Amino acid sequence: MRRLESDLEQLNQQLLEMGALVASSVHRSTQSLIDKNQVLAHQVLRDEARVDQMEIQIDDLVTSMIVLTQPVARDMRMVIAAIKINTDLERMGDLAVGIVERSLSLMHQPALPSLQRFFTLAQLVESMVLESLDSFIKRDADIAHKILLSDDAVDNQRNEITQELVSAMQADPEIIPRALDLIVIARNLERIADHATNVAEEVIFLVKGEVVRHMTDLVSAPL
Amino acid sequence: MPSTPESVSQIQAQVQILPTSSASAPAVASAPPKLKTQGMNFYYGAFQALNDINLQVETNRITALIGPSGCGKSTFLRTLNRISDTVKSARWEGEILLDNQDIRELDVTNLRRRVGMVFQRPNPFPKSIFDNIAYGPRVNGMKGNLTETVEKSLRRAALWDEVKDKLHKSAYALSGGQQQRLCIARALAVDPEVLLLDEPCSALDPIATAKIEDLLISIKDQTTIVIVTHNMQQAARVADTTGFFLLGKLIEFAKTDIIFKNPEKRQTEDYITGRFG
Repeated sequence: MRRLESDLEQLNQQLLEMGALVASSVHRSTQSLIDKNQVLAHQVLRDEARVDQMEIQIDDLVTSMIVLTQPVARDMRMVIAAIKINTDLERMGDLAVGIVERSLSLMHQPALPSLQRFFTLAQLVESMVLESLDSFIKRDADIAHKILLSDDAVDNQRNEITQELVSAMQADPEIIPRALDLIVIARNLERIADHATNVAEEVIFLVKGEVVRHMTDLVSAPL
Repeated sequence: MPSTPESVSQIQAQVQILPTSSASAPAVASAPPKLKTQGMNFYYGAFQALNDINLQVETNRITALIGPSGCGKSTFLRTLNRISDTVKSARWEGEILLDNQDIRELDVTNLRRRVGMVFQRPNPFPKSIFDNIAYGPRVNGMKGNLTETVEKSLRRAALWDEVKDKLHKSAYALSGGQQQRLCIARALAVDPEVLLLDEPCSALDPIATAKIEDLLISIKDQTTIVIVTHNMQQAARVADTTGFFLLGKLIEFAKTDIIFKNPEKRQTEDYITGRFG
C-alpha cells in the first residue's frame, strides 16, 4: 500500500477512535447528572487526557501527510476535514469535562424543575454527535445534512431552559447557584451540538466538495 | 510587498471593507480564446491517437495538459503549430483555430512564428548564446536592433544576468537549466503569441525547474502558454487551466483549482490522486 493510502487509513481510524471516545464522554457527562453517578463523571475526567493526546497525534499525522504526500482532490479534502473535525472533537471533549465539573456538584443537591427539559436537550445533542460520526463513517452527506437541520431545535431547547431557570431563580433566589450550573451545562450542550454541526459540514465538504458553512439558505434546502 | 502592520488598529485602518453582497462585485469580462479546437481527431496511420478534442485555450493564461504516457497530450500540443505535420503517417481532422482562424489557412512558417515551441530536452544550436537568440529574428527578417532583441529576450527568460558577460561563448557551455531558459529566450525572440512547452522541466533539477516556472508566470501577461507536464504539482503551481487526457480523449478541462480540489470526473480524480490503473 502506498504511503498516502496507509496514512489516510490511519487518519480515518484515529478520528473514529477519538470520535467514539468523545461521544462516550458526552453521554457519560449528562448521564452522570441524570443518574447522580460519580463513577461516570470521573471516567470523563480521566478520558480527557486521552482525547487531548489523540488530538496531538492526529495533528502530527496530518502535518506529515501535507509535507510528505501532498494530497489533492478527495485526499486533500479528507486532510482538511480531518484537521477541523479533530479540533471539533477535542472541543466537545472539553465541553463534556465542563459538564461533569458541574454535575459533580449538582448531583449532591436537590433536583431543579428544568431537569426534564434538560434530559430532552441532552438526548438531542447526543444523537447529533452520534449521527455526525455516523455520517463521517459512512461518508454520507444526506445524514450530515439532516444534522444541520437539528441545530435550531437545540438552540430552542436551550433558550427555553434558560428562561425557565431565570424565572425559577426570580421566584426562589436560593436556587441561583444550582440554576447557574445548569445554565452552563445547557450552554455546553448547545456548544457540543454546534461542534457536531461543524463535523457534519466537514463531512459534506469531504464527500461533495461543497462548502456549506455560514449558508443558512443552503442548510434549509434539500441537497 | 506591503510593510508589516505594527498594531491591530493599523490593520483595521488598512483593511478594505468589502461589499457583503456578491451582486455588487464587478463582472469579469472573459477574453476570447487564443486557441480553440473543435471535433479534432488525430491519426498515426490507422491508429487514432486523439478523439474528438474540444477545448479553448484562454488568452494570456497558462494551460497545462496532464495525463499518463501515451494519452495523446504531446500529440495534441504538437498539432497546435503543425509540427506534427512532419510525421509522415500523421493526419488530423476537425478544426484548430488561432484567433478564430483555421491554422490550415495560415502559412506554416508564419504559424510557427506565432506559436513557438520548447521541447523536453534543451536543444540549443551549436552556436554562441547571442546567435542562438538572434537566429529567429534573422531568418524572419525582423527589423530593429538585434542586440536589443537579444537582451530583451534573455531578460524575459530570466537568463540575462547569468550570461551577459559571455554572450559570444558557446551555448553548450551553459548548464541544463540555463540551456532550457536559452531555448525559451530563443522562442521568445520572435515575439510568439503562444508558447507551447512539452515537458520543459523533465530533465532539470528543482532549482532550474523553479526558475522556469517563475519565468512562465512572468511572461504570461504577454504570451499565451500551453504546457504538457508529467509533474502534477507543476501543473498545480503554474497553470490557470488544466486538461486531463486519457487514451486519446480529453476527460476533463477546467480551472486548475477545481481539477486539484474537486474534479468532476472520477478518472481525473483517480489519476491525480495516484490511484490510476
